[in-house]
Amino acid sequence: MSNEYDAIVIGGGHNGLINGAYLARAGLRTLILERRHLVGGAAITEELYPGFQFTTFSYALSLLRPEIVHELELTSHGFMPLQMPTTFCPTDDGDYLLIGEDKDENHHEIARHSKRDADAYDAYNHMMSQVVHAIRPLMDSIPPDITSKDPEERARLAAIGSYLADLPPRVLHDLVRLLTGSAADILEDYFETDIMQGWQASSGIIGSKVGPRSQGSGLVLLYHAFGEHDSVYGAWAFHKGGNGGFTQVLARAAEALGAEIRLESPVERVITSEDRAVGVALEDGTELRAPVVVSALDPRRTFMELVDPRQLPNDLVENVRRLKFQGTSAKVNFALEANPTFPALRGRTDQYRGFINIGPSLDYLERAFDDAKYGWYSSRPYIDSSIQSNIDPEMAPPGKAVMSNFVQYAPYQLRESDWDTEREALGDVVQARLEEVFPGFSDLVLHREVVTPLDIERTVGLTEGNIFAGEFLAPQMFFFRPAPGWNQYRTPIHGYYQCGSGTHPGGCVMGAPGRFASRQILTDLSDA
Amino acid sequence: MIRHTPFHPRTSEANQTGLWSHWSGYLAADRYQMADKFEYFAIRNSAGVFDTSPLYKYRFTGRDAERYLAGVLTRDIRKCRPGQAQYTVWCDDEGWVLEDGVVLRLSGDEFLLTAARPNLAYFSDLAAGYSVSVDDVSEEYGALAVQGPVSREVLAELAPEIGSLGFFRLGPAKIGKIPVTVSRTGYTGDLGYEIWVDADRAVEVWDRLFEVAQPRGVIPVGQTALLIARIEAGLVLIDVDFHSARYAWNDDQRVTPIELGMGWMLRRLDEDDRAFIGRRAIEREIEEKSSRWKTVGVVVDWQDWARTHNDRGLITPKDHTPQHGSMMLYDGDLAQVGYVPSFVFSPLLQRHIGIARVRPDHAAGGTRLGLEVNIDHRYAVVDSEVSPLPFFDPERKTA
Ligand SMILES: Cc1cc2nc3c(=O)[nH]c(=O)nc-3n(C[C@H](O)[C@H](O)[C@H](O)COP(=O)(O)OP(=O)(O)OC[C@H]3O[C@@H](n4cnc5c(N)ncnc54)[C@H](O)[C@@H]3O)c2cc1C
Repeated sequence: MSNEYDAIVIGGGHNGLINGAYLARAGLRTLILERRHLVGGAAITEELYPGFQFTTFSYALSLLRPEIVHELELTSHGFMPLQMPTTFCPTDDGDYLLIGEDKDENHHEIARHSKRDADAYDAYNHMMSQVVHAIRPLMDSIPPDITSKDPEERARLAAIGSYLADLPPRVLHDLVRLLTGSAADILEDYFETDIMQGWQASSGIIGSKVGPRSQGSGLVLLYHAFGEHDSVYGAWAFHKGGNGGFTQVLARAAEALGAEIRLESPVERVITSEDRAVGVALEDGTELRAPVVVSALDPRRTFMELVDPRQLPNDLVENVRRLKFQGTSAKVNFALEANPTFPALRGRTDQYRGFINIGPSLDYLERAFDDAKYGWYSSRPYIDSSIQSNIDPEMAPPGKAVMSNFVQYAPYQLRESDWDTEREALGDVVQARLEEVFPGFSDLVLHREVVTPLDIERTVGLTEGNIFAGEFLAPQMFFFRPAPGWNQYRTPIHGYYQCGSGTHPGGCVMGAPGRFASRQILTDLSDA
Repeated sequence: MIRHTPFHPRTSEANQTGLWSHWSGYLAADRYQMADKFEYFAIRNSAGVFDTSPLYKYRFTGRDAERYLAGVLTRDIRKCRPGQAQYTVWCDDEGWVLEDGVVLRLSGDEFLLTAARPNLAYFSDLAAGYSVSVDDVSEEYGALAVQGPVSREVLAELAPEIGSLGFFRLGPAKIGKIPVTVSRTGYTGDLGYEIWVDADRAVEVWDRLFEVAQPRGVIPVGQTALLIARIEAGLVLIDVDFHSARYAWNDDQRVTPIELGMGWMLRRLDEDDRAFIGRRAIEREIEEKSSRWKTVGVVVDWQDWARTHNDRGLITPKDHTPQHGSMMLYDGDLAQVGYVPSFVFSPLLQRHIGIARVRPDHAAGGTRLGLEVNIDHRYAVVDSEVSPLPFFDPERKTA
């Protein structure tokens, strides 16, 4: 094993793997260093109970940029995005909303609850798609540096102004409403039923410490609509073997392109010499050399831990210090003896081929958020559930089931307690809620895994367990992700770059940060 | 009146869409559920069960059966031993393809041939002077294709003897107490099997199969899912990728086996002493290098596809519904050099792919061609590249 490389990537999450793969593809001798015994970071799959594959953290795929699939030739390494053809939303009164692949069938299903909403659903989707389509070019490029006086950067800034001014006024206005308003404000314009409002609003709170009526939840809603699985905006897929299956594909692709991956290699710090990165030191003291070092960790770790913040400009340190993380999401995953029973659909299981959305109204979600505002987990949580063995049968032994439950809200900071104390109590709350929806649920449980924000932080390294490596708040996006002046993947230290979810465009299994960072690095190298 | 296959009591229950096509006079499910892509992924990730009963089936028995078929079929049937199956075509005297099908050699003097079209008169007329009897047994069998990575595991649980069946091998087996023939064949390019069962016991086989298969996520799949898979597998379809020369009006509607991509069936022609129908014409074609076409794959350039649509204000379409037609192919000077009868966005390969027929001088892998697409009532030409067939060929298919 050599200790000299052209580039070293710290962190083998999906962004680190993608970044390393692109650098290797460009011919750089690239090393990816991962602290844990497996790559993937927040996107891993583990057999926690014999025969049952758990997606411990991240569980579905939508935002992944299609360019990455092609450029890294992921299909030849096992990329397989399985379709999730249903969304199942139990209501509070034992009824449900079951959305599938047929537009007209969906129309009639929604009309069962409200004819008005059935029509509005198409209008809403069209509005969202148009907004997403309009800003896609901005999301899919490296944003200008708003602090720069460089004429080129100024010109790019002006170009964004003209681009927006050229949008149809209606689209521009909808965009601003989404960027600044609450999810509820927008959804109430379209939908009158609790179930439609609740279902749609859930995309506005995922991963974020906002309620559906908070300003800012519109942005979270918009961000999630940005996914485009097989060219359907907002559509999700389940990768074969879970998101861990996906990051294994990435690892194979990176290695095939010549990158080297070392597991169980925690980096202690970036070695610098005269404001230049020259390598990294591992916790065991090993020193590895490279003129390019890329941090795939979140901004806190990138700027405050891997380097000495005293080497950095004060305002950057200040900005990184005040970044909001405040994770509020947890996971409770189960191995089950069989699929659970939903009484109104007794005997059927085909409603479980996608997400199960337990968040039946705006009020329900907002009340769940209320608990979190005051430092406690929701007594009746929002649950984004999926029984993945119905989509990828190999996730569980024949006839049995594995179930992922993404849970909100579970604030990182608990009032007068801590997560080591509350872990199983949270699991109980979630299980009790599932028991309400699926009577007899608890009798099916073979194994339960509770993942609190503290566990996310400890295991993956995401500060305060924030699933996106930094909240999706307007002052932390685009020009400002992770900090004004540092949104182009560079850092004040020459040769030291950032490529994690804390950079533009942001979190989710998206890969754009890793890809753009590699482009920036390669441009800088060719300019040098 | 439209007919029902022997599995109809079950397929009609399973078909939630009410969508059926007419296939050889039988009802065949287009898709069983609203999401045909979900059915498609069953084929690639677990297994899908497809009712192939509407195919015509002919039984050839008798002392001369082999000798007879050796003269009728283009591929050398003598190489197909009892317990083996063979994919083949048959041609007319001019060496034009009439049809394709799979022959199962059940024993030394018993063969079962599937065909897409009625052929009884054709085969019978050729049997004069041979000790062979030709029977249309289409209605005697129900046939189920079980295709996908878990198919072996499922069938081996039902009948352990199937577990060791090699690619294009067949044998008798029992599913429950029901005698069946199982062949390791299919139309998906994946690991897969076809079960041949007496029509009156078909439903029992279905039930027993799903008892074992259903907990593994195996589902019935309809025609759309199958047709996506077959394009990925580069398997041609009659009336789409070629037409039977029997009913053609001109040579544009006819193809030779070599033009259809079946040249590999004729590779050892010099060591093959058969006098089969079309042989002389085929030999002439080989000798004079007079083939007009090659059948190849085309893969659309993903960036150009996206750009062409995005420039018109559209999101990049990725439609997994197979398109059957004839999209034109052009060379750099916009001269037409071929066409694409079968086209689809492959959900697995994440690329737009097509089975194409191109002029031989444009058939080399990597040749850049322009594909004509119609976007909002206007033509556009999108970059594409010639690629070998099949597009998808997993090791498990033959392993
Ligand atoms: C519970 C949960 C559920 C989620 N659900 C979804 C979902 O369904 N869909 C979706 O798109 N997104 C989801 N997300 C968000 C998404 O998973 C993350 O945004 C994304 O995976 C982050 O990827 P990354 O590569 O930027 O960072 P990470 O995945 O955090 O990777 C960082 C890597 O660096 C390693 N590391 C840390 N410190 C060191 C060190 N000192 N030295 C070496 N290596 C180190 C870590 O072990 C880790 O592997 C979820 C996240 C969580 C936590």
